[in-house]
Amino acid sequence: MIQNDKLIIGGHEFNSRFILGSGKYSMKLIEAAIKDAGAEIITLAVRRANTKEQENILDYIPEGVTLLPNTSGARNAEEAVRIARLARELGCGNFVKVEIMRDTKYLLPDNQETVKATEILAKEGFVVMPYMYPDLNAARDMVNAGAATIMPLASPIGSNKGLATKEFIQILIDEIDLPIIVDAGIGRPSQACEAMEMGAAAIMANTALATAGNLPLMASAFRQAIEAGRKAYLSGLGRVLTRGASASDPLTGFLRD
Amino acid sequence: MVKVNGADLDLAGKTVSAYLETTDYDPRRIAVERNGDIVLKSQYDVTVLEDGDRLEIVSFVGGG
Repeated sequence: MIQNDKLIIGGHEFNSRFILGSGKYSMKLIEAAIKDAGAEIITLAVRRANTKEQENILDYIPEGVTLLPNTSGARNAEEAVRIARLARELGCGNFVKVEIMRDTKYLLPDNQETVKATEILAKEGFVVMPYMYPDLNAARDMVNAGAATIMPLASPIGSNKGLATKEFIQILIDEIDLPIIVDAGIGRPSQACEAMEMGAAAIMANTALATAGNLPLMASAFRQAIEAGRKAYLSGLGRVLTRGASASDPLTGFLRD
Repeated sequence: MVKVNGADLDLAGKTVSAYLETTDYDPRRIAVERNGDIVLKSQYDVTVLEDGDRLEIVSFVGGG
């Protein structure tokens, strides 16, 4: 079962369920991070090019890794669509993580604008992975708009606070028939593991690694936690008693009486 | 004047390729947008910039 357990996004198959961010750390660490994370997808941002830039992040990403550009910086659907088109013109495939933020303090995604951008980009042939606030109605709208996955936030982006939205992510996992990829706020491997135990299809993490003491080592820890959580989910978790206790040992043959 | 990534430059009458040749941009690593529309790489040679144009020249950077 584990051997054939693929993550399928827009018809593409992946073995890894760990989507790696590339922000806020040295390009020189990217190769080690990808290797130790076992990642097959890495996110990127699009920004104004710097004429003095001597090296480009693409020079540090190994062949065969799927690039997932985000639309960060977009404040509405129109800006997200522009950024997605530019990302595709950069010549690295048709995946896009739609990320639209109107709020600059909490950096919360704007679900309504995200639905609009998802619809436009899906029609243009993009594999659209919308980053969203975990709301079932918005998620259904994104499914109808042609999303390939749904990417709900666990807690505010970059906060490392973990699964603050746990109950609502569980609703998406239970009700939405697309991979649910928990994105933003996952700060520790144990939190990634918990999300995977709940049935999340994958985890996206960036800040948890970028702010860790040893980035490749933390990438490896996340990889193992995600794999452990996935196996636990596939296995089916043991039941929880509502009260009382239940011995694991035989209740006969005691050395007494 | 032509606004390139927010800066006014005297490029009216030049093609996109003529401008790019004067810069250190790696053409394999950039995408160009003119007045909100993508300029395909195959069109760099024939796209003549006009006064008031807005060019955005972008590349990938690290991000989540």
